[in-house]
Amino acid sequence: MLGDLIPLPGAGAVDVARQRAVVAKLRETLPDHCVLWREEDTRPYECDGLTLYRQLPMVVALPETEAQLIAILRACRELEVPVVPRGAGTGLSGGALPHGQGVLLSLAKFNRILAIDPLARTATVQPGVRNAAISEAVAHLGLYYAPDPSSQIACTIGGNIAENAGGVHCLKYGLTLHNVLRVRGLTIDGEAVVIGSLAPDVAGYDLLPLVVGSEGLLLIVTEATLKLVPKPQKQQVVMASFDDIEKGGDAVAAVIAAGIIPAGMEMMDKPATAAVEPFVKAGYDLDAATILLVESDGTPEEVCEEIARIEAVLQAAGATRCTVSQSEPERLRFWAGRKAAFPAVGRISPDYYCMDGTIPRKRLGEVLKAIVAMEAKYGLRCANVFHAGDGNLHPLIMFDANDPESIVRAEQFGFEILELCIAVGGTVTGEHGVGVEKIHQLCLQFDKATLAAFHAIKRAFDPPELLNPGKAVPTLNRCAEFGKMHVHGGQLKFPELPRF
Amino acid sequence: MSTQHPELDALRERVRAAAADRTPLTIRAGGSKAFYGNRCDGARLDPRGYSGIVDYAPTELVITARCGTPLADIEAAVAAERQMLPFEPPRFAAGGAQATLGGMVAAGLAGPRRVATGSLRDFVLGASLLDGRGEVLAFGGRVMKNVAGYDMARTLAGSLGTLGVLLDVSLKVLPLPPAECTLRFELDEVTAIRRLNEWGGQPLPISASAWCDGVLLLRLSGARAGLSAARTRLGGGPVGDAAASVLWADLREQRHAFFGAGDDTALWRIAVPPTTPPLNLGRTLIEWHGGQRWLVAGCDAQTVTRIRDAASAAGGHATRFRGGDAAVPAFHPLAPAVAQLNARLKQAFDPAGIFNTGRMHALA
Repeated sequence: MLGDLIPLPGAGAVDVARQRAVVAKLRETLPDHCVLWREEDTRPYECDGLTLYRQLPMVVALPETEAQLIAILRACRELEVPVVPRGAGTGLSGGALPHGQGVLLSLAKFNRILAIDPLARTATVQPGVRNAAISEAVAHLGLYYAPDPSSQIACTIGGNIAENAGGVHCLKYGLTLHNVLRVRGLTIDGEAVVIGSLAPDVAGYDLLPLVVGSEGLLLIVTEATLKLVPKPQKQQVVMASFDDIEKGGDAVAAVIAAGIIPAGMEMMDKPATAAVEPFVKAGYDLDAATILLVESDGTPEEVCEEIARIEAVLQAAGATRCTVSQSEPERLRFWAGRKAAFPAVGRISPDYYCMDGTIPRKRLGEVLKAIVAMEAKYGLRCANVFHAGDGNLHPLIMFDANDPESIVRAEQFGFEILELCIAVGGTVTGEHGVGVEKIHQLCLQFDKATLAAFHAIKRAFDPPELLNPGKAVPTLNRCAEFGKMHVHGGQLKFPELPRF
Repeated sequence: MSTQHPELDALRERVRAAAADRTPLTIRAGGSKAFYGNRCDGARLDPRGYSGIVDYAPTELVITARCGTPLADIEAAVAAERQMLPFEPPRFAAGGAQATLGGMVAAGLAGPRRVATGSLRDFVLGASLLDGRGEVLAFGGRVMKNVAGYDMARTLAGSLGTLGVLLDVSLKVLPLPPAECTLRFELDEVTAIRRLNEWGGQPLPISASAWCDGVLLLRLSGARAGLSAARTRLGGGPVGDAAASVLWADLREQRHAFFGAGDDTALWRIAVPPTTPPLNLGRTLIEWHGGQRWLVAGCDAQTVTRIRDAASAAGGHATRFRGGDAAVPAFHPLAPAVAQLNARLKQAFDPAGIFNTGRMHALA
């Protein structure tokens, strides 16, 4: 069903003799409990946060020391076995989906914070450290780690680096890339390499932007030094209602035009607020076509001045209701609904499929209207939450995974949204990564020459192309195949599939 | 994302011909930063004909322009909307040289505000490149958040034209701060470095710092109410607005008296972790809270070794930024594993080795 649309890496029956050989080789250096191959042991690793796609790995390796990690990479290099790194497995694009003939490399045991330097405002951590654990460990210094993907209590910094993870505060505080100073990694040959620096820049090419967001295709990150920033003394949020979604979009532009860069600027449409309000009781205006949350942070003086300006701009932009949080519990309650949007949608629908396109903000009204039309076309509901400040949309398509036909419609609905994002000048992924999920859409977003350059970059880091193959960048052959299936010009995509 | 432009075909033909007969090319527009990097010989390729702002939507905080666009035009366009290039790129317009967008990105340099807002690379959203095969490659995009494909657009920042000819570049811009003020402190070097890093860990609106000869200057940017609260907290003496604006511009453009190097001396740029104690290499101007240190010194073998060893020991790197002996490599040697990645990347984009070869490192 799904595999028909997206071929899973290394799909097919495991070559048992090869599996035995790989297990034997790994057990030369790893204790028995660190090498899993029986189905009951590898089953928990069959998927990541994108549960639509599942596949058993040939072998799971759980190294506990760097020496073991190096031995695994050298063994895989020698036996030409693909290696798929995995952190907490919370990724939403299938980046940690196992390779059917490969080793799934769990970095879960590399979970120590190695050093905290309060004066330099840096934390050096192993890849398996959870995102939220970093801020917890430095809270007493008045510092925190800014990127806050919604999975931050579970997701690990290794995975954040692989995906260049975002969150709700990117407009002001940047993406993972902007908050990572240096990574130490191992190449497929098991050679250590340091990318980036604690100094402001490096000699030679700046390779850090290639490594951050490379979805585990270039290096296995073994250590990262992160930038910590001072905790703002005060945070306050304005919640505004709009009776029209385009007015809400215009209000976002008006805030920016007024010279304000809010700490966060989030939008939810009516289906999203309707889903979360019974669940969270955040006090959302259920009559509004859209609500906007705009946060200011800084010193009390700065916040007071900025909140007044934000409120004035939102009123002038036609807000039908405008409420400023008057206490920390109230601020957290306003945010609770936004943060609970995904699970809340999960309560009203058996399953949901979260998309991640980014668009130029000025196209918001048009894109949301097109999504409403797609709801009718595919017979599925969709709620929209939106990192409005940076144009990153998260449509949540509701479907029923027990109904195979509903899955196909959800997937096609999602693909049509992604293609619309490209058409309006945006991208198919703002923060979740390409993984296996959006690999076909990359054929539409990038031309052949650029895709070939991506492969050349891959080979510069990983000449045998064994690190997470089949993810993130489609082969030109696959794009050619996809092109045959894909019919442009208002015609149905995947015409061979049934429609309802 | 490269728009159809008559000049593009000409550039492409030129590159294809050069690749075919392996003729080295030196990409040079206004030449405002021709002093920077190692000398490289090659026929001049001037991309200034490929010029113009393609798209600028202030409320999207994104500007897209062609590489030959004068930096002054970009800065004027964003200033008219009360926005800025947040990394404060130097223009180095001495002697009528005119910096271009392409040169700015290729050099990857930033000015005083970098300490607060981030580097030039941090603000690159997308870039297209004419590679060594004459192919136009388009990386990144025009939106704020984009993780599709490797983020090569940002790696092009600071690549000094060694990977290809930059074509179109999209940059994130930010609003101009509502207000600014400058404070002056008398502090020794050790105390200044410590104090700057302590302040960096506090929620203070510091947007630039510079220390030289026992005087620390601090610029604050932000909401008016926030500035006056911060001034009270920080102390220090006031610097008049007019004098302050000249001062920060002079630092940015290296017109400050400190930068006047003699005939046989070089201006060295030493990038180190900001908390690094004084390097004791000579009279130093410190920016970026200790992260960027300038030194005027000779280029004799002993001095070069002393400077490079000090930078390495601190976990940083030293650049012969301007002047001195052209035979001394401008850039710090690379660790072998990193040098190999640099060489493979160069090979991937410029297989015939035609672009500004040698301007950065001599790669195996």
